[in-house]
Amino acid sequence: MNASEPALVTRNLSMVYPNGDGSLHALHQVDLQVQPQEFVCVVGPSGCGKTTLLHLLAGLLTPSSGEVLFEGKPLRGPRRHIGFVFQQTSLMPWRSVVENISLPLELQGVAEDERRHRAMELIELVGLAGFENTHPHNLSGGMAQRVAIARALVHEPNILLLDEPFGALDALTRERMASELLRIWSARTVTVVMVTHSISEALLLSDRLLVLSERPGRVRLDLPVPLSRPRLLEMTYTPRFGELAQEVRAAIG
Amino acid sequence: MGTILFTIIFFPLVWEAISRWSGLPAFILPSPLEVWARFLRALADGSLLRHASVTLLEVLGGLAIGLSTATVLGYLLAKSRTLERLLAPYIVASQSIPVVAIAPLLVIWFGPGRLSKVLISSLIVFFPVLINTIVGVRSVPAELHDLMRSLRATRWQTFVKLEVPAALPVLLGGLKVGATLSVIGAVVGEFVGSEKGLGFLISLARGLYDTPLSYVVVFSLVAMALTLYGLVSLLEHRLLAWQGIENNR
Ligand SMILES: Nc1ncnc2c1ncn2[C@@H]1O[C@H](COP(=O)(O)OP(=O)(O)O)[C@@H](O)[C@H]1O
Ligand SMILES: [Mg+2]
Repeated sequence: MNASEPALVTRNLSMVYPNGDGSLHALHQVDLQVQPQEFVCVVGPSGCGKTTLLHLLAGLLTPSSGEVLFEGKPLRGPRRHIGFVFQQTSLMPWRSVVENISLPLELQGVAEDERRHRAMELIELVGLAGFENTHPHNLSGGMAQRVAIARALVHEPNILLLDEPFGALDALTRERMASELLRIWSARTVTVVMVTHSISEALLLSDRLLVLSERPGRVRLDLPVPLSRPRLLEMTYTPRFGELAQEVRAAIG
Repeated sequence: MGTILFTIIFFPLVWEAISRWSGLPAFILPSPLEVWARFLRALADGSLLRHASVTLLEVLGGLAIGLSTATVLGYLLAKSRTLERLLAPYIVASQSIPVVAIAPLLVIWFGPGRLSKVLISSLIVFFPVLINTIVGVRSVPAELHDLMRSLRATRWQTFVKLEVPAALPVLLGGLKVGATLSVIGAVVGEFVGSEKGLGFLISLARGLYDTPLSYVVVFSLVAMALTLYGLVSLLEHRLLAWQGIENNR
């Protein structure tokens, strides 16, 4: 891969769902670029097409027009180099934590020992040591999302897509998970595109923040976040942070 | 455990009391002791086991055929709306026909031997298993399908690693119902035309006014159905151990 080549590009990306008596225009001519190892957050009003955008980037949906370029090549269908964390927790209740995390490797035909070894590494990374044989029913919401993140990373994808991963968590857990995600992101060389409805979360995490308009979604604001790293929770209380948040807030409308 | 013991002791006591005070003759209401004596006699002369094994084989055959056709068809119907729209009317209509009504036809078509009984039993097993298979396969969350797709799982992997385990709890529920119904199916078939099996033994006992024998057969059928139910529960317990882990906490 060329060093300067974007990890993801969309060109004129539009999505129209066939819908009962007509059609539903979810995304309209979205153009964006994500650089390798960049952390991009997407915010926008609910129903504006954020999930649709992520599914298009993952190759789970075929665009009505326009295209997605993955590492310079047109994307046709899901790729193994992409990890996805879904909006709803999508763990398999009949599998233990370690079995859930090693699923991607299992589907690739990786040998049992190797699978376990790599899943245990991820369990360590997301801070779930000691819970490897627990089943999802016995996990808290935050722990379940850690498992989902670990599963999305276990096959060492180049790109991690997260769809409101902390949407169902309480405020405190949410803050902790955000810092955890930053730590995980710096431990792994991975490009991240994350959808969230929290402006401060988006500002705290991302290098660049995209604001989508009301449906049909289009990029209304593409804001590089001028905050230094490492990002700390305390930054959210600075005046600079408040100004940025206001700018984003105004763009959402 | 205590309650089970109570039921086992309480029921025959009440029955014994009623049969004594009512003074009804044995061919109308035999006492538990008379039924017990008849049971020992039927056991000793081998007739009970001979007929029971015939019925059991029919039941197992009916379960095997009913279960396999219902799960295969159920899976196909769950996956294809077109197929469902095409076949659903026939399937639902077929369920409004009482098995008792078509049993004689099946005996005419397939003869008075084992085959007609196996088919009647499988017919009665078919519907609950079919419905539960459809419900089970349809209940697989869309996110999990998206997950499998995003990981480029093959159709077979999705079937084995997602659809089967996800549908299993509901499917086993249907099998529990089917297992008890399968016994009814076989007996109905034997009633209509047969020289063997527990259903035949009941009509024989009725003809001879051997009411204690009728009771013996009825209890044998109950025992058979309960055993099958218990076996499926056991299977459920083993296959769905992950649910047990949840409950024990
Ligand atoms: N499979 C689908 N078929 C029809 N309409 C859909 C489908 N998925 C999403 N939509 C519609 O598209 C719009 C955007 O949905 P979505 O991408 O989920 O929005 P967001 O994630 O921003 O809340 C919504 O109005 C939603 O109802
Ligand atoms: Mg969404």
